[in-house]
Amino acid sequence: MRHLIDPLDFTYEETLRLLDLADRIHDDPAAYKDVAYRKRLASLFYEPSTRTRLSFEAAMLNLGGQVLGFPDAGVSSASKGETVADTIRIVSCYADIAAMRHPKEGAPLRAARYSRIPVINAGDGGHSHPTQTLLDMMTIRRRKGHLDGLTIGFCGDLKFGRTVHSLIKSLSRWPNMKFVLISPEELRVPDYILTEVLDPKGIPYVETRSLEEALPQLDILYMTRVQRERFFNEEDYVRLKNSYVLTKAKLAQAPADMAVLHPLPRVNEITLDVDDDPRAAYFEQAQNGVYMRMALIMTLLGLKDPKTGEVAFQC
Amino acid sequence: MLKVDEIQNGVVIDHITAGTGLALYHLMELEKLNDASVALLQNVRSQKSGKKDIIKIEGDITSLDFNVLGYLDPQITITYIENGHVTRKVRPEQPKQLVNVIKCTNPRCITSLEEGCDHIFALTPSGRYRCIYCEQEFKVQNL
Repeated sequence: MRHLIDPLDFTYEETLRLLDLADRIHDDPAAYKDVAYRKRLASLFYEPSTRTRLSFEAAMLNLGGQVLGFPDAGVSSASKGETVADTIRIVSCYADIAAMRHPKEGAPLRAARYSRIPVINAGDGGHSHPTQTLLDMMTIRRRKGHLDGLTIGFCGDLKFGRTVHSLIKSLSRWPNMKFVLISPEELRVPDYILTEVLDPKGIPYVETRSLEEALPQLDILYMTRVQRERFFNEEDYVRLKNSYVLTKAKLAQAPADMAVLHPLPRVNEITLDVDDDPRAAYFEQAQNGVYMRMALIMTLLGLKDPKTGEVAFQC
Repeated sequence: MLKVDEIQNGVVIDHITAGTGLALYHLMELEKLNDASVALLQNVRSQKSGKKDIIKIEGDITSLDFNVLGYLDPQITITYIENGHVTRKVRPEQPKQLVNVIKCTNPRCITSLEEGCDHIFALTPSGRYRCIYCEQEFKVQNL
């Protein structure tokens, strides 16, 4: 039995196989409508989420499976003080696979250590969000045709932005990558990403404060929201929330084939007039997320792809 | 230079990161040694690192746990002395995992909420210890 807790839990080859399966689902989703018949997904969301929760639930329903769970810690036994370890032991009796979002970092790993079913990390605090990473990679690969040799700009909250950390870690396994890290000083990417992920592999990166200067050199621009819920101090949030806003006018400086990604939800960091630009890829990401999670559920449950007669890889 | 008598029987803990000697002193519970003299030297000039701390212990050291030094500071050297002669000079080994030895101080970590959750730190390829849950690095300065 395997879990997906960290973006690097799958090898480079396994990740490629998963991306290939997600692409096949993308191209013919109807072929997969009964693959998970009578299987159940436990959707354990200890903090509010629209996209990720609905995406997981839609993925399971698209596969012909069923969903049970809770959308908020307030309506679970967590409100009575039940531990994550106890909750997953119980859920293991009711479901075949679990997706967990939790405000505390490491909660899905804690669950995985006690679980009898595969656990998927659906986001743990400011730490990690591996399924977002997979769908980001799927979107980048579909837009650019490949994942290697890209210059990727990350912009906004690079300190608490778990999607940023996860994506940098994962893409660092592809050759000839370059990263441009655009953030205010207070929201710089954590040092360990630089010293333990990028530096040891000799991956070039630039830290800058200027989105405008970075734009012309980018293949991908990954925008992020400054997240109110990650701040202990409201004053800091108010001061930093409007640091970067991508507008149609600024986008004029970017290459014509650049793609703009965003994990969503956005607040005001991408203005509405960017939505119609062909470079806007953030709604595609949301759609790809369903296909990617279908591929992940199938693989962790050991379900065969009806197109190939094989599982993506053994778990 | 401050002069401390040479040790006849005991141990010298050298190359301690400057400023962390006192934390190490308390962590090794050196204040509880009844039959040994202990000298803590802080901010000693060092060719390698500019400044360092040193701890010298003269007397019975059999009750001391030197394993604790491995995760605190892998640069440390331990020199054993008997009858005025150096008998052994070693670097402490770094355990691959520490369970409930040090605590994760990240308020966002599951260890800060979950009852009965062990505090587990794993050794990374770069020689640092990180909480397995939130990946926050353990720093001896935080002790």
